[in-house]
Amino acid sequence: MGRYLIRRVLQVIPVLLIISFIVFALVYMAGDPVSLMLPEEASQEEIDSLREALGLNDPLHVQYGVYIINALQGDFGKSYRYNQDALSIVLERLPQTLELAIVSMIFATIIAIPLGIWSASKQNSYIDLIATGASVLGKAMPNFWLGIMLILLLSVNLAIFPVSGRGTLMHIVLPAITLGTAIAAEMTRLIRSNMIEIMQQDYVRTAKSKGQKDSIVTYRHAFKNCLIPVVTIMALQTSGLIGGALVTEVVFAWPGMGQLLVQAVNARDMAIVQACVFVIAVAVILMNLLADIIYRMIDPRIKYE
Amino acid sequence: MIQEQEKPLLDVRNLKTYFHTENGVVPSVDGVSFHINKGEVIAIVGESGCGKSVTSYSVMGLVGQPGKIEGGEILFEEKDLTKLSNGQMRTLRGNEISMIFQEPLTSLNPLFTVGFQISEVIMLHEKVSKKIAKQKTVEMINKVGIPNASKIYYSFPHQLSGGMRQRIMIAIALACNPKLLIADEPTTALDVTIQAQILQLMKDLRQELDTSILLITHDLGVVAEMVDRVIVMYAGQVVEEGNVFKLFENPKHPYTKGLMDSTPKIHERKEELYSIKGTVPTPMNMPTGCRFYPRCEFAMEKCKEKAPELLEVKQGYHVRCWLHEEGEVNLDEEFNRKPATT
Ligand SMILES: Nc1ncnc2c1ncn2[C@@H]1O[C@H](COP(=O)(O)OP(=O)(O)OP(=O)(O)O)[C@@H](O)[C@H]1O
Ligand SMILES: [Mg+2]
Repeated sequence: MGRYLIRRVLQVIPVLLIISFIVFALVYMAGDPVSLMLPEEASQEEIDSLREALGLNDPLHVQYGVYIINALQGDFGKSYRYNQDALSIVLERLPQTLELAIVSMIFATIIAIPLGIWSASKQNSYIDLIATGASVLGKAMPNFWLGIMLILLLSVNLAIFPVSGRGTLMHIVLPAITLGTAIAAEMTRLIRSNMIEIMQQDYVRTAKSKGQKDSIVTYRHAFKNCLIPVVTIMALQTSGLIGGALVTEVVFAWPGMGQLLVQAVNARDMAIVQACVFVIAVAVILMNLLADIIYRMIDPRIKYE
Repeated sequence: MIQEQEKPLLDVRNLKTYFHTENGVVPSVDGVSFHINKGEVIAIVGESGCGKSVTSYSVMGLVGQPGKIEGGEILFEEKDLTKLSNGQMRTLRGNEISMIFQEPLTSLNPLFTVGFQISEVIMLHEKVSKKIAKQKTVEMINKVGIPNASKIYYSFPHQLSGGMRQRIMIAIALACNPKLLIADEPTTALDVTIQAQILQLMKDLRQELDTSILLITHDLGVVAEMVDRVIVMYAGQVVEEGNVFKLFENPKHPYTKGLMDSTPKIHERKEELYSIKGTVPTPMNMPTGCRFYPRCEFAMEKCKEKAPELLEVKQGYHVRCWLHEEGEVNLDEEFNRKPATT
């Protein structure tokens, strides 16, 4: 287990290097930052001296080397808008994003697991048809639309929840529902189809032949065999929420990384963009690692190679 | 004084189990009757698809959607199992009646230790503590002939061979000392030497525990070796039933004769192995009259028109065939006297 972990962490290094290169290339292609940093009436001389100071006149590989060395020290440069270290600004926003991601995942899981199992065990019943229909709908609804509808109905008209921002427990309900709905829909479908297949397995019949209760057969013997795909989709979706709750964070004015990233892109604040992408990449890598460790705890057939 | 008419342990009467599929109703088990006495070993034989497994699932109460027991009675110690609630059935399953399945490689849950899977059934029915259940489990693993039981307890199914897994299945099935064990082709998926070991194990355990066994197989060699009575099924029905020696010596139903002729025998090697011509009828084109007549070498006009009943040709020996309508006949003599029509 320990050696396996060390090896997995070492494997992360080349991945991070590749990501850093992509981020660097993107920023390079995004154009000259100097023109944004200086007032429009700046002279050519001023421009040149700033370029020199930023190292933009160096050959590309030198620029990349400097960038990597800085990045390794957590230095993605200063945000010109905040005039502060970019990474620390991003890390300040990370907890809010994680909070929303976790609450959304809990919401999705609490709905999807019983609903998926239930509709699998009552295949083609009304319950199943309704659940299947609802999950198609949940998957098809765009996030921003669902968010706005929830705000209009529950905040503006009925005044149950605050319209936006973060603070009380009530603030997180609507954005979490907005993000969790599509995930719940997808998980329900996945659990349903997997459970239908698993319930046909010979070992499920063995469990029944022991005289075990239906609920124990379903949850202990069948659902445990469904956990690998469930963990996979949870890790994938959590990664997605950490990196991709852009629209929802903006709609609900949720002070997370997504909102910061959208603002930074609009303002061409490249230091922030780079730091955000880096943090998201690390989060995705960690989620994958976590999923791998959980697989090994569930299934004895997976070996620590 | 021996009580002649002791009640059988299991008495299946006119069992009908149908599957309601999209293409229509499949009468997989269509009026099957048989019984098993206490301590007796009987076999059900027949071609693939004749309804052997469905019959045993019916007894276990494990017929799943879209199947349903449509009629008949399954009397176990005089209780009709078809009338029991799900909860009542669960107290019998794995406890008084248990089953070993056709597929040893996939019948154990891959995510639990084999020890857990055996002790689960002990804790469920015997309401003992974990510790005692574990002790009994280790005993059971020993009993089914696996050395190093306390280590094997912690193994997962994928770490064991097919034969070992089937032994574990036998341990699960026998853990609560069932009165009836249903073994559905317990050795078909295993290689020959392992087959012999598993059968020997079942024989030994039967001696020791005095369990009645319903053995399902299409291996007539196995039948000859370990059972008292044989039931031959064809297309969802019993076509012949009786004492194993009588049946082997002189089969009464043309189908049974065909089955036996198509089994290779070492001392009379032939150029070509005999096989019953034609194929098993599907539910959609079930012949009227006798279900076997299109394939039968003895078919008569009558067979096309009217389905025969199960006739008792002598004490405790039944055949479903018109040939024996007016007393039993010997098929070999019959065959020489009147060569096959069509
Ligand atoms: N779930 C099901 N849906 C529809 N038909 C079924 C189902 N299960 C079994 N049957 C039908 O019931 C018939 C009997 O099947 P069964 O499994 O009892 O055969 P078997 O005698 O055990 O054969 P084998 O020797 O291959 O195990 C088959 O024709 C099969 O098509
Ligand atoms: Mg079968």
